[in-house]
Amino acid sequence: MAEKVIYAMYDDEEILKDGAKLLVSKGIKIEEVFSPFPIHGIDPIIGVKPTRLGIFSFIYGLIGLTLATLGMWYFMIEDWPMNVGGKPNGSYLENMLAFVPISFEFTVLCAAHGMAITYLIANRTLPGMKADNPDPRTTDDKFVMELRPSQNPSVSQQEILDLVKKTGIIELEQKEI
Amino acid sequence: MHKEAAIREPLILGHKTYHDITEDICKPIEDKAPKMWYVLFGIALILGIYGIGCILYLLGVGIGVWGLNKTVGWAWDITNFVWWVGIGHAGTLISAVLLLFRQKWRMAINRAAEAMTIFAVFMAGMFPLIHMGRLWLGYWVLPIPNHFGSLWVNFNSPLLWDVFAISTYLSVGLVFWYIGLIPDFATIRDRAKKPLAKKMYSLLSFGWSGRAKHWNRFEIVSLVLAGLATPLVFSVHSIVSFDFATSVIPGWHTTIFPPYFVAGAVFSGFAMVQTIMLVLRKAMKLEAYLHTKHVEYMNIVIMVTGSIVGTAYITELFISWYSGVEYEAYAFLNRATGPYWWAYASMMTCNVVSPQLMWFRKLRRSLIFTFIISIVVNIGMWFERFVIIVTSIHRDYLPSSWSMQYPSHIDIGVYIGTIGLFFVFYLLFARYFPVMPIAELKTILKSSGESYKNGEAEVHPKPKPFGGAEPINTKESKHDVVDVKEEEIIDLEASSKLIESIGKAEEGQKDDLKKISGIGPVFEKTLNNIGIFTYIQVSKMTKVEYDLLDSITGKFPGRAEREDWAGQAKKLINKKD
Repeated sequence: MAEKVIYAMYDDEEILKDGAKLLVSKGIKIEEVFSPFPIHGIDPIIGVKPTRLGIFSFIYGLIGLTLATLGMWYFMIEDWPMNVGGKPNGSYLENMLAFVPISFEFTVLCAAHGMAITYLIANRTLPGMKADNPDPRTTDDKFVMELRPSQNPSVSQQEILDLVKKTGIIELEQKEI
Repeated sequence: MHKEAAIREPLILGHKTYHDITEDICKPIEDKAPKMWYVLFGIALILGIYGIGCILYLLGVGIGVWGLNKTVGWAWDITNFVWWVGIGHAGTLISAVLLLFRQKWRMAINRAAEAMTIFAVFMAGMFPLIHMGRLWLGYWVLPIPNHFGSLWVNFNSPLLWDVFAISTYLSVGLVFWYIGLIPDFATIRDRAKKPLAKKMYSLLSFGWSGRAKHWNRFEIVSLVLAGLATPLVFSVHSIVSFDFATSVIPGWHTTIFPPYFVAGAVFSGFAMVQTIMLVLRKAMKLEAYLHTKHVEYMNIVIMVTGSIVGTAYITELFISWYSGVEYEAYAFLNRATGPYWWAYASMMTCNVVSPQLMWFRKLRRSLIFTFIISIVVNIGMWFERFVIIVTSIHRDYLPSSWSMQYPSHIDIGVYIGTIGLFFVFYLLFARYFPVMPIAELKTILKSSGESYKNGEAEVHPKPKPFGGAEPINTKESKHDVVDVKEEEIIDLEASSKLIESIGKAEEGQKDDLKKISGIGPVFEKTLNNIGIFTYIQVSKMTKVEYDLLDSITGKFPGRAEREDWAGQAKKLINKKD
């Protein structure tokens, strides 16, 4: 299904932010912003919610800690208690001090890798994926705002274009996708 | 946006736009490699291949080819291991700890330092592996079900902790590095002209498009990874030190080891960063992003960590006497006055004395001095590990078994080989990867860029009216922020007085005044309008002229004097001749 998309290009992130504020105040929804670097303060304007990746990372870390604990309990206490230098091996708790380093390392390992993988999957940035930024200059020094008239039934397409033109854009493009 | 105090030196010198940053960092990758690159790569490759040859010989014959004996059973191998791991400490410290402390200057060095970390840890990891003698059984260090009656690896042993610590460090470091690289690969991909390069970089960039949501996640991921990597950095070298500290050898089993090793690692890591970056910034013409101030910051870190290391050395000495344990006291006495006194003396000079020189502002801002000290520190830190390891064991409890350690040519070959391999990797990195974080540098351009800080370029430019009537690709030429500025009104009387005292010049004789630090493109124009065109004119300026100039331009009072424009101009005249 063909859908009209408007791409408005800016050459400064502050101008884009002002523009976005103006459009949002007129009730226009901004579909997406493409930028060469993180624009601080854009998220609340265009309604990007804070990410929950940090919570995920915490959960992965807990999983890592649990696995490490279970593993070391099984290897060193349950399956084959090893007497090394007279260190106590009768119970997990007594031997626990020697397990602290690996418990920590494994927690970090799982938290970091789990989060990184989740991040890549959530972004759909994986090896072999195709980029879809509307203009190659958006990874250099240009900022593009994507608007979809279909998302804004209350305003006409012409009204959107007229408003966008007032926000200090340097290029404007319409595409059907 | 990040705010920075006006009196802080800008992190990015001169006038740069976002596009300039992309251009400056991508240029060396897109251009042909300079001849020097091929020369260095060739040398590194030859050394690396020689090292691999030595390793293969060692694997074939056994580790008897190392200069070890019954008394000194651990020498160059573990020394090199700890040395490389130590070097590998700066990268993650820079990217993680400095990120948490919001030290924006890290952005000039973090990418290159992380690469250094990863390659250094590769080299480090090789030593325990070849030390096994039977490399193909290396997987025995992992807790996997096996046919020995399910005999597990010993989780009580610091050597096994090390396996986990180093592998976690390496893989987390790699992930951290790569996540930062993805957006920059996308930048290179979108600029690439050759089809093969485009293909490779689009593969590497994982299809990054720079959506707002992705950037939002990117920042959180960087922050959380930094939070995870910070304790990791400290834990890794602490655990490396446990290899010694949990033993019963006098000179090794000291509780001060973990913090002392960590400080030493940071110390040597920063030294290696200095060695590499001082060359890299020149070769790749990135002086605007990594300048004297960055070098000074790093030198301060070197000074502080060097002082911690020095304090630890002296504490160790004191405690060996104060403890009243004869064996402990002898171990240290033997270090300083025994047959290895020269190793101890080099360690003390390189690591305790040399960083103290950084207290002098002149020295720590001198690039040549820094380069020399960075190499001295690297040598000193190698000796530190050698001293700790060899001098503690070469005279053990039984005088009849006292012995010396002499490296065999295989010892030396493997060590030189790892240096070669390290630089093979590093040169490939510098050739094909962005050596500075392009996207991150853009985030600090407006808060720490020189032209933005002194008001020459606008942080928040006014939107220009859109000329195109219809929304189909109305292209407009790129505009420069500088052009938007209004023409200055010049006080004619004062300026004629100024010209009188410094002499007239014609526009035809014009020098590039921007070369004087403190003068940007806009200010150069202002000077030209007044009638100042040449270095000779600027060099004649004194306090009176500076004040006149300030009264004419009304901009940055006192700046010309503070930065000694006349002095700078004199130097530039000499250079011209």
